Amino acid sequence: MSKMLKTFRKGGIHPPEYKLTGKNPVKILPLPEKVTILLSQHIGVPAIPVVNKGDTVKVGQLIAQGRGFVSASIHSSVSGKVVKIDSIPDHTGYKKPAIVIEVEGDEWEENIIKSTDLRKDITLSKDEILEKIRESGIVGLGGAAFPSHVKLILPKNKKAETLIINGVECEPYLTSDHRLMLEYGEEMMVGIHILMKVLNIRKAIIGIENNKADAVCFLKDISSKFPGIEVYPLKVKYPQGSEKQLIEALTGREVPSRKLPIDVGVIVHNVSTAYAVYEAVQKNKPLINRIVTVSGKSLKNPSNFVVRIGTPVRFLIEAAGGLPENTGKVISGGLMMGKTINSLDVPVIKGMSGILVLPEDETKRKSIEPCIRCSKCVTICPMGLEPYLLMPLTQNGSFYRLEKQMVLDCIECGSCSYICPSNRPLLDFIRLGKTEVTKLINERK
Amino acid sequence: MYGVIIALIPAVLASILYFGWGAVIVISAAVFSSVLFEFLIQKFLLCKKTTIHDGSAIITGLLLSLCLPSNFPVWLIIPGSLFAIGVGKLSFGALGNNPFNPALIGRVFLFISFPAKMASWPDAQGFQTQYVDANTGATPLSIIKEGLGKGDSISHLMDKIPTYQQLFFGNMGGSIGEVAAIALILGLAYMLLRKIITWHIPVSIIFTVVIFTGILWLINPEQNADPLFHILSGGILLGAIFMATDYVTSPMTGKGMILYGICIGILTVVIRRFGSYPEGVQFAILIMNGFVPLINYYIKPKRFGEEVTNG
Repeated sequence: MSKMLKTFRKGGIHPPEYKLTGKNPVKILPLPEKVTILLSQHIGVPAIPVVNKGDTVKVGQLIAQGRGFVSASIHSSVSGKVVKIDSIPDHTGYKKPAIVIEVEGDEWEENIIKSTDLRKDITLSKDEILEKIRESGIVGLGGAAFPSHVKLILPKNKKAETLIINGVECEPYLTSDHRLMLEYGEEMMVGIHILMKVLNIRKAIIGIENNKADAVCFLKDISSKFPGIEVYPLKVKYPQGSEKQLIEALTGREVPSRKLPIDVGVIVHNVSTAYAVYEAVQKNKPLINRIVTVSGKSLKNPSNFVVRIGTPVRFLIEAAGGLPENTGKVISGGLMMGKTINSLDVPVIKGMSGILVLPEDETKRKSIEPCIRCSKCVTICPMGLEPYLLMPLTQNGSFYRLEKQMVLDCIECGSCSYICPSNRPLLDFIRLGKTEVTKLINERK
Repeated sequence: MYGVIIALIPAVLASILYFGWGAVIVISAAVFSSVLFEFLIQKFLLCKKTTIHDGSAIITGLLLSLCLPSNFPVWLIIPGSLFAIGVGKLSFGALGNNPFNPALIGRVFLFISFPAKMASWPDAQGFQTQYVDANTGATPLSIIKEGLGKGDSISHLMDKIPTYQQLFFGNMGGSIGEVAAIALILGLAYMLLRKIITWHIPVSIIFTVVIFTGILWLINPEQNADPLFHILSGGILLGAIFMATDYVTSPMTGKGMILYGICIGILTVVIRRFGSYPEGVQFAILIMNGFVPLINYYIKPKRFGEEVTNG
């Protein structure tokens, strides 16, 4: 690896990695007593329940149907009895409709193949695969949870040339994708072949940051068995896992402002999504579980768990050694982009890649000092924005100017807040500004 | 902020080495009075939280003292500090809001109000115990300026000024911080290494001065001093490394910084060569400070995806 590794050109930071669980094999978490399955675990319209209170359901049974184009179906992750269909607070703190199921036994739908044998031959046709992915409720598992089938149906005049598989995992602490690549690498490779078949393209690139050298080596070894798939190690830099940054790092193409990857001929899917596609297409298994990293320096046993969707976060933390006494915050997602959860009863959702437990002294905000215009935020912004300017424009309510300064291009990676020597909450204000500018644009329509 | 103070340590040590007690008195008076004024004004006049812990008042005091002569009387340093901190910084709303470099504001205030005191420069001849009664002489730049004014030619005047080696290590008349080029370059290396500043501003200023004075020198070497002399004499290094790079009063983007640096370089040479003052760095930086909001308004970073490069 003597030649220079690829990475994105503009900006970026190097937060401490804290990958505590990179060497911990994935453990299967036992079933909880009760699961709470949210009906809106994806971007788009919430699914509509198709079961009633008192119904008995099996593992993998459809319990809520996606409606409209951008939506995803929801399946029961356990077998048991539906005890409640009600609104409960999710990880954002807002109440959202959900189905609560009391676990009884572990009875699966008959058509799901439970054996772990690798099924390499893709027998289904392109349309059948697409239908299968849609039925199985697969969403982008990197965190955004955008319904996967929508990304696979290309607009008529657009052509995909390259499929990029995102195995970057640039967030500190998180190792769920890392472990998946190591332990389910071949299944994932088949999943990539399925995606290539649907998109009718011959070339796929897996981008992996070089701090996961074992995953890079392993996938390079097995890639000879999977024609058309190349593995690229990338230089470690945050936020490389962001779609636009990853495309630029691997292909040199920049997705223009407010456009999609397909506009530069690229489709991006996460490694976990590719694995979920394999399971759906080859094993008839809908998306009912995922790997979640439960980590934190103060935790007794930081681990990677295979978790049924809907399991309460409390259950995961108990399995990792219990909540330490000095805990200040529990975060859903990564350290940089994740959000603090305000209750341990919130359930695991499809897009939740990690649960982080942070001690109190690490979560306190430092006192905010005046901006000294050191220009560090401008230098590190991967989107070429000026966070120092966006914050006061939001504070002053100058939303027209904010729009002109391209605030909507912000990918909310949080690098600016991280680097600011005056501890200014830049991203908090930029998020607010984005909401206001979006309102402004909607009013204009 | 404290990184800049560390970077100034070589310059402070060099000034004490060359000027002795005078330097010690000038530096301590300026730093102490700057911090004190910031504290007093914020506490009792503005009734706000004091911000002396951020170290910016120390830097203002240090930079102000480094561009004063070593025999400068304390009773003038105090109003200088008051003007720098009070008018230059706090009147605009404290750290982060001042459009002009406070230390330079203080320096120009003293330079215009007390021109005689700001034109007698003790010679740097090793550690001296005299203070206000030190032996004084002219700076190399004023020797050249006056000489050319009297119709002398550069080749004659070069005999009267120190050698390049002396200029580099600081054996000449001048303000206490500007004479030792080597100490300032050490400070620059430290700040670049610690990523406190980027190369854009110092390099573009120095490069522009070299090119501009080089052209003048090639056109008429009898009327124009060579580029190396220009760089090593006067306040160009102190200004380019420590004054122009002040975060608050310099542009935000690399491109903006280079434009700002080039303009400072050109203005400095224009004032030195065609103006009536022997030295122009202070005015060049202050003038360009005024243009910084305009530069930030028009020169934006390259947005991601702005030009689609398909490669």
